[in-house]
Amino acid sequence: MAAAAGVAAAGIPGTQALAGPDESRQLATLIDISQCIGCEGCVEACSEVNADKYPDPRKPFPKMVPNRVPVEDWSEKRDVNDRLTPYNWLFIQHAAVQINGEDKELTIPRRCMHCVNPPCVKLCPWGAAKQLDNGISRIDSDLCLGGSKCKKVCPWDVPQRQTGTGLYLDIMPSMAGNGVMYKCDRCYARVAEGELPACIEACPEDVQTIGPRDEIIKKAHALATEINGYIYGETENGGTNTIYVSPVPFEELNQAIDRGKGKPHLKPVEDTMAQANNLAAAMLIAPVAGIAAAVGKYIKRSKTVSRGA
Amino acid sequence: MGLPSRWIYLTTTFFLVLTGFGQMPIFKRYYIADIPGLGWLAEFFVTHYIHYLGAIVLLALAAYIVADYLMLQRNARRMTASGYIRLVLLTGILVSGGLLVIRNLTGTHFSPEFIIFLDITHLGLVMALLFVSLYCLIRKKHWTTER
Repeated sequence: MAAAAGVAAAGIPGTQALAGPDESRQLATLIDISQCIGCEGCVEACSEVNADKYPDPRKPFPKMVPNRVPVEDWSEKRDVNDRLTPYNWLFIQHAAVQINGEDKELTIPRRCMHCVNPPCVKLCPWGAAKQLDNGISRIDSDLCLGGSKCKKVCPWDVPQRQTGTGLYLDIMPSMAGNGVMYKCDRCYARVAEGELPACIEACPEDVQTIGPRDEIIKKAHALATEINGYIYGETENGGTNTIYVSPVPFEELNQAIDRGKGKPHLKPVEDTMAQANNLAAAMLIAPVAGIAAAVGKYIKRSKTVSRGA
Repeated sequence: MGLPSRWIYLTTTFFLVLTGFGQMPIFKRYYIADIPGLGWLAEFFVTHYIHYLGAIVLLALAAYIVADYLMLQRNARRMTASGYIRLVLLTGILVSGGLLVIRNLTGTHFSPEFIIFLDITHLGLVMALLFVSLYCLIRKKHWTTER
């Protein structure tokens, strides 16, 4: 924490809101789309800093049983940087839009949204996906079996699979598992040391700011008011720790961006965990209802016995 | 356990086990979700929701049976050894499951190590209960017997 405050005091871009963060609070990033010039400095920095985390799969891959299980191999396409892959956790999405009647191309850094209540973490059957106190969600590559459930429950399909690596190779490689899922971990080790995530530090335009979520939300609203803009990520999926501010509506941006596999959308997203979580209260009431039913039966039986006597 | 309670218990447990195993990505991989009418087994949010509904029924039933036993049955019947074993396993399943429900709420935070412990404990206890229940079914062991 002290180190983080030190970094902030040094005036390094992107740290304004990081000064003195309470690490028990979730940290969020604000991405000012209007400032992004699409230089891909963040993408390069991400690749450089995270290179040692990238998979080095063992080949040939185990024969999958049944053979419907897809082999996903990005190891020969490590340079792909126009979408999310196990070797590219951040990419720039392009959107041709009109602002005040002028044609303009906006560029949008895309990566994991780091949801406040992340379904990838909460629904991982093995605990391989983890959420840290500071709001970072990350996948432990030593534990992940590559079942891809996290990708299916992610509203943006962010995690990407590489076959032929990870724990499953040591268990039943043909029968269970299929590699490891990879995604942005928001440079958790650097943040723990009080440093900035690489993408924020490398940005020449200070597109991103990181700080406690409530402060980032305030900044996002102030910025949106200032530029007459729009916010994405504050309420999506119940709230995320990546808040975009755009000069054009996100419905318009979503139509303009290139979407598809590994290219997340910008649509509104309902809180995916909410429906089941709303049942939690019923779980508290259920035992009371059961006891009440038993007491009712007891009273009824007592009356019958006393009448019989 | 009366006949209605027995059927509620068996039906609820069946769906809880089915949807519980459905939390692992296995039903699609092994073609089970391809069987007409079973496609929902590959939908994680659906199985998750049904698992919660089953848990609500099981909690209500467990509370009813325990309260009924304490108020009306205790003087006439006693728990058997296999009944105690199943009770302990079921209690463990309900407690670990309850903690996982709390884990899933927004704003709650358990350590990753504790979550792994809960996941493995929950699954392990269910497997143990299934084997013990199968043994009890084959050997006709009841939860309680006459005093």
